[in-house]
Amino acid sequence: MTSNQPVTEADLQAYADERLADARRAEVEAWLATRPEDAERIAGYRAQRDMLHALYDPVLDEPVPERLRAAMRGGGRSRAIARVAGWVALGAALGVLAGWQLRALQAPVRVAQGEGMSMARRAAVAHVTYSPEIRHPVEVGADQEAHLVAWLSKRLGAPLHVPVLDRAGLKLVGGRLLPGDGDPATGVNPAPVAQFMYQGAKGQRVTLYVRIEAADHRDTAFRFAREGGVRVFYWIDRNFGYALSTSDLDRSELLNVANLVYKQLNP
Amino acid sequence: MAERHAIVELIPRLRRYARALVGDRATADDLVQDTLERALIKFHLYREGTDLRAWLFTVMHNVHVNRLRAARGTDPLDEEMPEMAQRGTQGDALALRDLNRAIVRLPDEQREVLLLVALEHMSYDDVARTLGIPIGTVMSRLSRAREKLRAMMFGLPATTKLKVVK
Repeated sequence: MTSNQPVTEADLQAYADERLADARRAEVEAWLATRPEDAERIAGYRAQRDMLHALYDPVLDEPVPERLRAAMRGGGRSRAIARVAGWVALGAALGVLAGWQLRALQAPVRVAQGEGMSMARRAAVAHVTYSPEIRHPVEVGADQEAHLVAWLSKRLGAPLHVPVLDRAGLKLVGGRLLPGDGDPATGVNPAPVAQFMYQGAKGQRVTLYVRIEAADHRDTAFRFAREGGVRVFYWIDRNFGYALSTSDLDRSELLNVANLVYKQLNP
Repeated sequence: MAERHAIVELIPRLRRYARALVGDRATADDLVQDTLERALIKFHLYREGTDLRAWLFTVMHNVHVNRLRAARGTDPLDEEMPEMAQRGTQGDALALRDLNRAIVRLPDEQREVLLLVALEHMSYDDVARTLGIPIGTVMSRLSRAREKLRAMMFGLPATTKLKVVK
């Protein structure tokens, strides 16, 4: 039996946060089943939560700065003193940076590690933003694949290929164009980015993020990153950077997909 | 002080919240450091057996509000901020690199509630206690924060009017 209590905005927020008691949750679920707009809004709120974790959870793994540890040792130096120490630390950091650049010049493979990481992060954020979408997961659907490929190739300025992932049980849903991470002020890598979305029989979603790489970025092996609840394999191959993201497959399944993608792009 | 160790354990959580709250690393760690220093000074006010995390977040909230107050006049962020970057062609609505900034663009009191709920998974009651506001206010700020963020993310029409900049 239902309680016939009207569903309030507070109920919907609590539903989005998975905080309703079972009985009430079932009522809200039934209510949402007949209201797709509200259902999509609530799904969007859950996507926000995943996005927040993808963006900020990496802070949890950062080493705690010494000045914060010092603050806890009590009677520690205040921030005024720390400010002076900060300049010293900055000097040290610049030294480290200079050393790193020297090493980078000597290294046979020149890959900006930071850039690769940020590509994984951006791909993960794009994944959690669009993969929960029910009505608008893509801009152009797989039924217009030829148009999709032509359009995205034109916007990225290089011919794209869409891998077929049937062997991994994934069908192309479609694709969309995303803003690039370039800085318009400097004109560095201003090309937009393509995102292809795939879906499995159980609704599992995987996105392939493709961007143009600067000429001095060399090929890399697969790298794995975990951004919040999103698993990402990413690599650079010739003048493209690829990142494959999912929240629904485990690491080895995703690696299998990454291999499929790689093989098709390098026949 | 037996809780010193417990507080140290919570530093990564404080840093994560502060980073999302203020946007950049150095300012966030300043906020955490001020919070820790204040927590040690005010520790006699902590009631043993109560939730240490909620107490620390209360201290951080107070430090944060005081810092905002001190900076007022240079801080034009308010409800009148444009909701949405000018929308170009379809699909360009979301600048991924700006998500961090989109969150920072929420009104401060809405951002605090959203982060405590969605990032810290704090109960609504604890959020109300931590921020010293009624639970009804928690729910309305949460609802508005989420809707604004959604509008910014998906390029939906802004719910409040844009202010014309002269």
